[in-house]
Amino acid sequence: MTSATDIVALTAAQAAAAIERGDLDRRELFEAYRERAAADDLNAYLWVADEAPQTNGGPLHGVPLAVKDLFCTQDVPSQAGSRIIEGYRPPYTASVVRQLAEAGAPLLGKTNQDEFAMGSSTENSAYGPTLNPWDRTRVPGGSSGGSAAAVAAGSAPWALGTDTGGSIRQPAALCGIVGLKPTYGAVSRFGMIAFASSLDQAGPLTRDVTDSALLFRHMVGQDERDATSVAFPEPVRLPTAQRLDGIRLGVPEDLTGEGVEPGVMERFEATLDLAHELGATIQRVALPHADYAISAYYVIAPAEASSNLARYDGVRYGLRREADDLLTMYTKTRHDGFGAEVRRRILIGTYALSSGYYDAYYGRAQRVRTKIADDFRRAFEDVDFVVTPTSPGVAFPLGAKTDDPLAMYLNDYFTAPMPLAGIPAVSIPAGLSEGLPVGFQLAGPAFSENRILDTAYALEQAIGFDSSGART
Amino acid sequence: MIDREQVLHVARLARLELSDDEVTKISGELSNILQHIEKIGELDLDDVPPTSHAVELANALRPDEPRPCLPRDVALAQAPDVADGGFRVPSPTA
Amino acid sequence: MTDYEAVIGLEIHVQLSTRTKMFCGCELSFGEPPNTRTCEVCLALPGALPVANERAIHYGLLIGLALGCELAPRSIFHRKNYFYPDSPKGYQISQYDEPLCRGGRLGDIRIHRVHLEEDAAKLVHTGTSGRIHGAETSVVDFNRGGTPLVEIVTEPDVRSAEQAGEWLRLLRATLRQLGVSDVNMEEGSLRCDANVSIRRVGTRELGTKTELKNMNSFRFLEKGIRAEIARQETLLRAGQEVVQETLHFDPRTETITSLRSKEEAHDYRYFPEPDLVPIAISDEMLERARAALPELPAARAERFERDLGLTADSARLLAWRAELGDYFEAALSGNGIEPQPLANWVNELVARIDVEDPAQSKVAPGALATLVGLVSEKRVTQGAAKQVLDRLVAEGGDPAAIVDEEDLATVGGDDALEPAVQAALDANPEIAERLRNGDMKPIGVIVGHVMRETRGRADGGEVTRLVRSKLGL
Ligand SMILES: [Mg+2]
Ligand SMILES: [Zn+2]
Repeated sequence: MTSATDIVALTAAQAAAAIERGDLDRRELFEAYRERAAADDLNAYLWVADEAPQTNGGPLHGVPLAVKDLFCTQDVPSQAGSRIIEGYRPPYTASVVRQLAEAGAPLLGKTNQDEFAMGSSTENSAYGPTLNPWDRTRVPGGSSGGSAAAVAAGSAPWALGTDTGGSIRQPAALCGIVGLKPTYGAVSRFGMIAFASSLDQAGPLTRDVTDSALLFRHMVGQDERDATSVAFPEPVRLPTAQRLDGIRLGVPEDLTGEGVEPGVMERFEATLDLAHELGATIQRVALPHADYAISAYYVIAPAEASSNLARYDGVRYGLRREADDLLTMYTKTRHDGFGAEVRRRILIGTYALSSGYYDAYYGRAQRVRTKIADDFRRAFEDVDFVVTPTSPGVAFPLGAKTDDPLAMYLNDYFTAPMPLAGIPAVSIPAGLSEGLPVGFQLAGPAFSENRILDTAYALEQAIGFDSSGART
Repeated sequence: MIDREQVLHVARLARLELSDDEVTKISGELSNILQHIEKIGELDLDDVPPTSHAVELANALRPDEPRPCLPRDVALAQAPDVADGGFRVPSPTA
Repeated sequence: MTDYEAVIGLEIHVQLSTRTKMFCGCELSFGEPPNTRTCEVCLALPGALPVANERAIHYGLLIGLALGCELAPRSIFHRKNYFYPDSPKGYQISQYDEPLCRGGRLGDIRIHRVHLEEDAAKLVHTGTSGRIHGAETSVVDFNRGGTPLVEIVTEPDVRSAEQAGEWLRLLRATLRQLGVSDVNMEEGSLRCDANVSIRRVGTRELGTKTELKNMNSFRFLEKGIRAEIARQETLLRAGQEVVQETLHFDPRTETITSLRSKEEAHDYRYFPEPDLVPIAISDEMLERARAALPELPAARAERFERDLGLTADSARLLAWRAELGDYFEAALSGNGIEPQPLANWVNELVARIDVEDPAQSKVAPGALATLVGLVSEKRVTQGAAKQVLDRLVAEGGDPAAIVDEEDLATVGGDDALEPAVQAALDANPEIAERLRNGDMKPIGVIVGHVMRETRGRADGGEVTRLVRSKLGL
């Protein structure tokens, strides 16, 4: 096989297998993708490698990897989509990126994102919005929109993203690919530019479930440099399930939420029917506090962010606005360096932590978090997985929600509860609505990734989603 | 619900300069968001413990063993203002 | 300070002598060139994460045990948020409402809490002058940033500057004995702030307190507190108010200036540090700490007093300086000499040497013990023994040998002493006359004369006895 289009038609796992068999040269593969990434017209990439690194053997056989901008990559721009660290080149590489490079997935490029991962459309990037390959007048979702668009458009075989309240799953849904948000602690956060430390998790964005499992297999592991990381309790298996006999899927009665587009609801129900045909039982579960997740999330995440972003002060790196006095240097630097949404969240978070308000906001939100985790624990006594639409709607037009922060936040309605509980969830394509992809979300107990992916795989085969529509 | 004064106070704590227009715009936006957030006020959470981490871990400690430091030129390489081998700033008390 | 009394609480920061920093693998700095002991963590580069130093926590437990604190089975770190160039993350990782240790006591002062945190970086003020207020720009050196600190907060049990200094010396001795810090105030590894208020004697409620910072020596600590107490007393006597504020003691001018007057009220927005997990003290950690706990100065002083019958002063003097206590006990071991005289002679020795530790001097503990033995057997007089000690300090050796070489043995026995006494009486006839008439006051003259004659080798008692018998008294 030689034609670049043939090569790009392969999934990452297929490409790795072809290289292993000797049917495909890894430099040829890298070059095919490098060219497409360099020619990217979706603004999915902020930086593209100009040549394949010399050595990359290992189990991933040199299948190149697109990486969200906020992962630190040594001597390569790592800006988290922000003006305040424009052109910043870290002296070290994030643990997970290094781990994957050692496993044979070399860095292909850095992808666009909402600034500091704050957003659901990638319109909050200081470097301009990324376009949705299914419809260039629409957003790819966010915050990992560049990674999702690159994988959907075939300018990357697979990509890394991060998920704090839905930032992997929602763009995966809106771009018609697979996005996995792992159990909190399964993947090291060391070298991941922080948004909300107790929620952030890195995960794969891939064309199919098998690629997701393959990439995730080489991402997990306890890292001595991340005190909150834990050893994954079992080997990560490639999915094989054909049927779902005995699998119990729970549909949260409190979470089917008003404001879900009919087309999205229709695909969700159609997928439940398929699951039923495969032998799964569908039942309702109670998640009485899930409806409060967005509120708790929009206290906790901004609170942690307001502290995590205090280091951008114009002293050691990044943007600096000169002034005679320190206070003015700080306030001008941070005003000019941060975008409107980041400033908004810093202010919410600072307010929620400030004296007199802590108990009413941060303190309460942490208690709601306890309730939400308990809800899931109880639910998983009755069902194997909780299932929902990934996003209330399909990809929306650029600019549609930029003036309405709250409307933008509601995109996370179905995805915010899981990070609060620290549990894993995957979004898989469930078909199209008005020509745009719809995502189906499965969430399971902590460290149930193998079972989640196996179930997602069986559904994927039954759904038979055709992703080629976005690869032109 | 959050007035200009509060916005200015919080902006000062966060070291963010805001223009008059921005203060007006943001106090409106924050009020909407806080209104939605205050939904959590409905719940009775008196005897509910707070969760700061979903996964319960303890004692992830580091042995007291040195790791290589960054060469000074690397540490200073991306600093906006360097003097005497350090990071220069306007004097805090100036 | 007649009708007012001071109420003082101390806040002590102790730099732990671990190898590496609190949350990263950078080695601690001892005057290296600026910013040569930094990494992505202690420079707060984007994406870096802290991991707590195991030994720092072990040291924290040692201190907690030494101060009789209650060790929290579970404690957590918080973020203390504030913007300042010496705080690269924009927050200090510290402990807030779940500290490592609570309660406790050292000497007569109760401990409120003990917690772990990280040190700030160093701001070198440049510009027009080195003085803080004249400076226009500052340069940040992150070598010190992230050094492990233990903060010890006392209850307001201290009543005077002297007591504060005295107690801080006991704390320093205790920490030194634990081996957890260099505890050097001048070098900043031991730092003490004081919360000072005064109230009318007999009243219970506390007055407005001020926080006194930057007293980087014991002398300045006591001067500073004394000055602040006086300042507050003057205010109150003049019917004025004490304002709650942070004050800066300037050792050069020995004056107190308000440091943070123009700064807005702090709102540190503490919240649990999400990058770290709780410290849960395991039995194994606790056992390791207990096993590593040495005898502490307070206990040692008590033992010296109780078991060896030393005076309180001698006991404390030897116990609060571990090296003196060790030397004393080494000299004491074996030979049945009296502890109290030996203690006094250790002080005689300390007064004569220029090294901290007498074990580093030329005088072996055994040698000093022998000397003390000679004195108590009256084989040398106190005066002669001091001459022996001078020579021991200069060139070491065996006291007995020195006594022989220099012929310093006590001149004893009537036939040896009698001529000297006779000579003294002959040389002072009128004194001899007064003595004969029962006026014993001037006998010292005679004894002194004999002592001179015998180069201090005569026993005073013997001389008196001989004088009396010669004069038929
Ligand atoms: Mg402190
Ligand atoms: Zn360091």
